[in-house]
Amino acid sequence: MDRRQFLKMSAVAAGGTAAFSIPRLARADSTRILRFVPYADIAIVDPVWTTAYTTRTHALLVFDTLFGLDDNLTAQPQMVEGFTVENDGKLWTLTLRSGLLFHDGSKVLARDCVASIKRWGVRDAFGQALMAATDEITAKDDRTIVFRLKKPFPMLPDALARPSAMVAAMMPERLAMTDPFKQITEVVGSGPFRYLTEERVAGARHVYARHEGYAPRGSGAASFTAGPKVTYFDRVEFQVIPDAATAVAALQTGSVDWVEAPMIDLLPTLRKSKDITVEIKDHNGMVAQLAMNHTQAPFNNPAIRRIILKAVNQVDCMTAVAGSEKDLWSANFGFYSATSPMRSGEGLAAIAGPKNTDALKKELAAAGYKGERVVMLAAQDVPRISAVCEVVAEMFRNLGINLDFVASDWGTVIQRRTNRRSVDEGGWSCFVTYWSGLDMATPATNSALRANGEKASPGWPSSPALESLRERWLDAKTLEEQKKVAGEIQLQAVQDVPFVPAGQYFQPTAYRRNLTGMLNGFALFTNLKKA
Amino acid sequence: MLIYLLKRLLTTVPVMLLVGLFVFSLLFVVPGDPAAMIAGDQASIADIARIRASLGLDRPFPVQFWNWLWRLAHGDLGQSIFSDQPVTMLIGQRVGPTLSLMGMTMLVSVGLAVPMGVIAAWKAGSLIDRFLMALAVLGFSLPVFVVGYMLAYVFALNLDWLPVQGYVPMDDGLWPWLSRLILPSASLGCVYVALIARITRATMLEVLTQDYVRTARAKGLGSASILMIHALKNASVPIVTVIGLGIALLIGGTVVTESVFAIPGLGRLTIDAILHRDYPVIQGVVLLCSGTYVLINLLIDLCYNLLDPRIRY
Repeated sequence: MDRRQFLKMSAVAAGGTAAFSIPRLARADSTRILRFVPYADIAIVDPVWTTAYTTRTHALLVFDTLFGLDDNLTAQPQMVEGFTVENDGKLWTLTLRSGLLFHDGSKVLARDCVASIKRWGVRDAFGQALMAATDEITAKDDRTIVFRLKKPFPMLPDALARPSAMVAAMMPERLAMTDPFKQITEVVGSGPFRYLTEERVAGARHVYARHEGYAPRGSGAASFTAGPKVTYFDRVEFQVIPDAATAVAALQTGSVDWVEAPMIDLLPTLRKSKDITVEIKDHNGMVAQLAMNHTQAPFNNPAIRRIILKAVNQVDCMTAVAGSEKDLWSANFGFYSATSPMRSGEGLAAIAGPKNTDALKKELAAAGYKGERVVMLAAQDVPRISAVCEVVAEMFRNLGINLDFVASDWGTVIQRRTNRRSVDEGGWSCFVTYWSGLDMATPATNSALRANGEKASPGWPSSPALESLRERWLDAKTLEEQKKVAGEIQLQAVQDVPFVPAGQYFQPTAYRRNLTGMLNGFALFTNLKKA
Repeated sequence: MLIYLLKRLLTTVPVMLLVGLFVFSLLFVVPGDPAAMIAGDQASIADIARIRASLGLDRPFPVQFWNWLWRLAHGDLGQSIFSDQPVTMLIGQRVGPTLSLMGMTMLVSVGLAVPMGVIAAWKAGSLIDRFLMALAVLGFSLPVFVVGYMLAYVFALNLDWLPVQGYVPMDDGLWPWLSRLILPSASLGCVYVALIARITRATMLEVLTQDYVRTARAKGLGSASILMIHALKNASVPIVTVIGLGIALLIGGTVVTESVFAIPGLGRLTIDAILHRDYPVIQGVVLLCSGTYVLINLLIDLCYNLLDPRIRY
């Protein structure tokens, strides 16, 4: 090979690289484009396959729901025009609005909704409760969905409305027939925006275009996921920016319009800018919790769990997460989020009382703690988790607990926490996780409160009393009755300690001042305009 | 030469097979379960097992390895567990930004470092030499992300000369493409400028003491012609080796830079795949990187022949 041949080959090789390129973005009027930085990538686009909250944000753009939830967390008809309840609450008939269209142009039919509800009902905790109470769901005609129930289920609209980790998203029957444990192969909904799969760069970019055929509700006021969903953007572009400082800089320079979850340390910088608004829109926040393994020593001993419940200092945990700005967090609440209508003062003394380390040490010894190794799975790659882990670990050490602090990434924690064996065989004792305050708001969606043993989430608490009270709550007909049962659940939870609440923080969002009409709640893209 | 090239290419096959086996085995040993990540906090162990089965992750190691190898032989790297998109497509989307970043970085690095090294050697022991080598030490010592943040703060946030993040393909215009690569390349290039400059200086110092350089001086040739035509060409073999190794090292170096400047390249794809335990993507990217490494080494060897006619294959 001579010099000329070599140069020729190099030129061919360099030209070949032009064949590889990311999909190009379509161009449009910048006031009709919203550039949004989500807190993490939407790794999965099927709202029923995962509980990731970014997938929920995506789901509410693309898919519509039969009912929506307003700011007061009350279910309101959304795709449903109206409904009737007969036969002592055991026959529900839902009528769809006319003119609802999927993104592929086909009409939304009752049978699409029936298949969608059934798929969601297999995976979602509230959905499972609804399905357990349901004898049959049928499509009476193209616009009528009929629920025949085994027993009254007054929370039916709430179940279908609640934008929990898994949204009751309506999709065409052909997609909804997919095994709930497999991901759907296409993203076709009837929501206000279409998902542009061809512009997706997994891990970096997701693009949505306005659904021209979307017909918003004609009446009511836009409120959270309820009311008319009016779109003012032709395109919504999700730009995944993994570095928190870069995301903030992008907002400052105007290359993006909205950063969903700016790093709390950088808020003072953002607040100084006259072009940027920083505010808390999601008043339900995120709730930290210490999950304990109820099947292994020492946390298989309820007396020891009760001492840990007393010892965890929610103020310290939240200060570590969100700093000293007290508007950003809430502490000393019970087993529901601090902002939940179900929040209760029952048994709260056990949680919010003074933290006397010497007294707690004595109680721990009296409860039968014999120095067993406590393996704490501490995810270091999620700052809000690692902060709480550090505080709780220090508390364990102060109490004289034989702590094995296993620092790892979240992926390892998630895998290891499924191990039910002893700590000597790769098992675990506790880990820290978070749920959205919305999910923690009621016994129906608060999965951490489930105490159905093997079927419960990792930690596998078992308490027939708690499960029975949850059933009573689901059967409650009025808000007052629900609150009363919720209080009883909390009293029972203080005894069984299915998990330890570690505080709630409210992540502010930051956006350019020329955005107006932003709704309360997590990131929603309807009603929003850009000047 | 052609036979040598074919032989070298053939030796890459067993290397790649070994890499494949190693990567595949490693993923079975390291902790992590994509099914558990997908299922989330609500899921029971039975739910996770069903998802694992639906993904085929419950099959024995030899079965999974054979299936992967068979697909690989057909040019199929499989589907991402999470996005359900073909791994070849995901890699194809990311190659452009990473190649652009690497190309620009090497261009800037070589363009700055070689003259720096030559001048430092020419003026060895002088203030200029010391200043240039102090710059090189600084380049080595500053972490990429620190340089990145500093450059972004000055040139993007304060002066508003360049974009702070993102990437656009060259099809969208030369300046939009270039403007988004300047800051990342500058921050990533610091280490390579330092490395190449120091190697160039050391090699040039050795060459400048050779008899033929003295002869050239005695003949009355000017400094520029001695340095650039006689000395640099003879010093180029180690410099090219370091540049080649630098390109290979860049594959790893892009990870941090791509994260800081939000460039959707292979580095970010790899990190995301590792954090999610997206096995097919990890396997695909590692294979690609190994293949690239092998090819770069081959190219370096071929370059030796061009630079030094005494080397024959």
